[in-house]
Amino acid sequence: MESNLNPATEARETPIAELRDASKHYGAVVAAQGLNLSIRRGEFLSFLGPSGCGKTTALRMLAGFESPTSGDVLLDGQRVNDVPPHQRPVNMVFQHYALFPHLTVAQNIAYGLRQRRPRPVEAEISRAVEQALETVRLPGFGPRRIWEMSGGQQQRVALARAIVNQPKILLLDEPMAALDKKLRRDMQIELQSLQRSLGITFILVTHDQEEALSMSDRICIMRGGRIVQVGSPRDLYDRPASRYVADFVGKSNFFPGQIASSAAGRTTLAAAGGLMIAGTAPVEIAAGRTATASLRPEQIALHRRAEGLPVTVVNRIFLGEHTEYLVRHTNLGEFLVLVSRQAEAAEGGFEPGDPAHASWPEGAALILADD
Amino acid sequence: MRIYALAVYLFLYIPIGVIALFSFNAGRHAAQFQGFSAQWYGKALSNPFVVDAFQTSLIVALTSAVLATLFGTMAAMALQSVKGRLRVAFDALIYIAVMVPGIVIGIATLIALVTLFDWLNPLLAAVWPLAEGAPQLSLGYGSLIAAHGLFAMALVIIIVRARMAGMDRSLVEASADLGATPWGTFRQVTLPQIFPGILAGFLLAFTFSFDDFIIAFFVAGSQTTLPVYVFSSIRRGVTPEINAIGTMVLAVSLLMLVTAQAILQRGRKAG
Ligand SMILES: Nc1ncnc2c1ncn2[C@@H]1O[C@H](COP(=O)(O)OP(=O)(O)O)[C@@H](O)[C@H]1O
Ligand SMILES: [Mg+2]
Repeated sequence: MESNLNPATEARETPIAELRDASKHYGAVVAAQGLNLSIRRGEFLSFLGPSGCGKTTALRMLAGFESPTSGDVLLDGQRVNDVPPHQRPVNMVFQHYALFPHLTVAQNIAYGLRQRRPRPVEAEISRAVEQALETVRLPGFGPRRIWEMSGGQQQRVALARAIVNQPKILLLDEPMAALDKKLRRDMQIELQSLQRSLGITFILVTHDQEEALSMSDRICIMRGGRIVQVGSPRDLYDRPASRYVADFVGKSNFFPGQIASSAAGRTTLAAAGGLMIAGTAPVEIAAGRTATASLRPEQIALHRRAEGLPVTVVNRIFLGEHTEYLVRHTNLGEFLVLVSRQAEAAEGGFEPGDPAHASWPEGAALILADD
Repeated sequence: MRIYALAVYLFLYIPIGVIALFSFNAGRHAAQFQGFSAQWYGKALSNPFVVDAFQTSLIVALTSAVLATLFGTMAAMALQSVKGRLRVAFDALIYIAVMVPGIVIGIATLIALVTLFDWLNPLLAAVWPLAEGAPQLSLGYGSLIAAHGLFAMALVIIIVRARMAGMDRSLVEASADLGATPWGTFRQVTLPQIFPGILAGFLLAFTFSFDDFIIAFFVAGSQTTLPVYVFSSIRRGVTPEINAIGTMVLAVSLLMLVTAQAILQRGRKAG
């Protein structure tokens, strides 16, 4: 990960994988369009987006199951458009695991090693299989049949079957979608530490923003077959380039309006009722255009003193360390405010129906072009 | 409704039951039962004509089933990558092949083969380097195996295809992803997955050939299969010996069918 900190080394290093203007069309269906992405060695990258936005297609082009209709796929600097999957040094964990039902757990895991030429000796294979089982915390499960394993265990077997080959990249297509919530959380943590300890590049496909935010070094957000923004979770959270990204990454309040002025990195939006909201625009928007101001719930403060917008408390949800208030303003309508326990202690709590005032630091809003 | 169904079943199975029963008849009359005996089985099995016909049936059934299974499986695999209208056309042709009456296949095959032989035999004689001994193509094992094999191939295609459709496509992709060549994937993943279908297809193909009378009647030439033998001896009256042969054919066919069904059922569970 040092390469991320040092631009000089980063420039010298060839990306482990690259999509160059890669598109995939199925007849009239555009599954992916002009994807450009450089994947860094050893990083944990997620493709994030709603169902049908082309995440799996991007992953399958890297694995070799699909070859791009136009553009290139590169692995380690080599163009691999026409290299079949069995000759690519990448492995995939399939959405429904795709474990071989006629083989035992150990035989499933050994499958990749047995395909190698020259074939490793059996002792070596079984040692590697044992070690992989240890890694995914299933020691001794080798002789079991696949259907004797629970969903979570099958997922670990699928993971072991892939990592035992020490691939250059591990591709994971919604690996946790079939697990229940608690198991999913455990597995996310495990996957992340596994990635750190193995040092393998992980590329994960998910439609779960929380999953992407908590696990990834970088997230690639997709929409309608295109990449809309790539960045670290923090980048995307703090500096979403569009309303779509702001909406997808974390919670946000959106106030539509018209650009009143735009100058010197400072943009002002005239929201409903002529209320002016000042902020920064990641992408310059001309005055007069419609746009949206985005404010994160935690950027807004709620207090009794008459400062900021007068609002009425509609609802409150206790979240432990924070309390989430839904408040209503005459012009802006309802929006969310996240109040820390500390702030709440200072202000005293609010009950539904209480009058209050909401404020945020001047210029804190993000002014985003409508998309 | 129940009575109806019962009547249908009785109507279907009573004659078969009667044949099986009378094959154990101690007496020599087909119409009256005179106690149990296995003597007719012994008689049938020591009749050289029966043994000969049985051998012919076995050779034809085995060979045609092997060929049908081999080519039927290959065809089923090839058809997997055929999509759209062509696929519909192929499917229709396969189902039609299964539904065409045996007599049509028998006559059509006979005419086609005889025409072909008439045309090829002079040609063969002309190009044969020796003055004598040019091979004469004629009806016999070859035509029996070809006709049965071709017809049974349609059965195998249908069964293997059904099995393939039930198979998870991502298994093939997972295998390729793990470094297996296309052949390696076929051998290690596809084949074990569809094997129950292949085996069941083989057994059905065998059964089809083993008890087929109509097609064999037309294309057997100088050969006699067991059903053809039974038919020709019936003209001399139904003897308990015939009943014994019929029961043996039935037993073999039933055994094959039950095995095929069991394999398909088990494969479905494990698959
Ligand atoms: N083999 C295919 N044939 C036709 N359309 C496809 C095929 N695979 C994917 N698509 C279409 O491409 C789009 C993107 O699919 P996919 O990459 O699977 O999305 P995601 O993984 O983000 O849910 C979808 O509209 C999907 O219907
Ligand atoms: Mg998908």
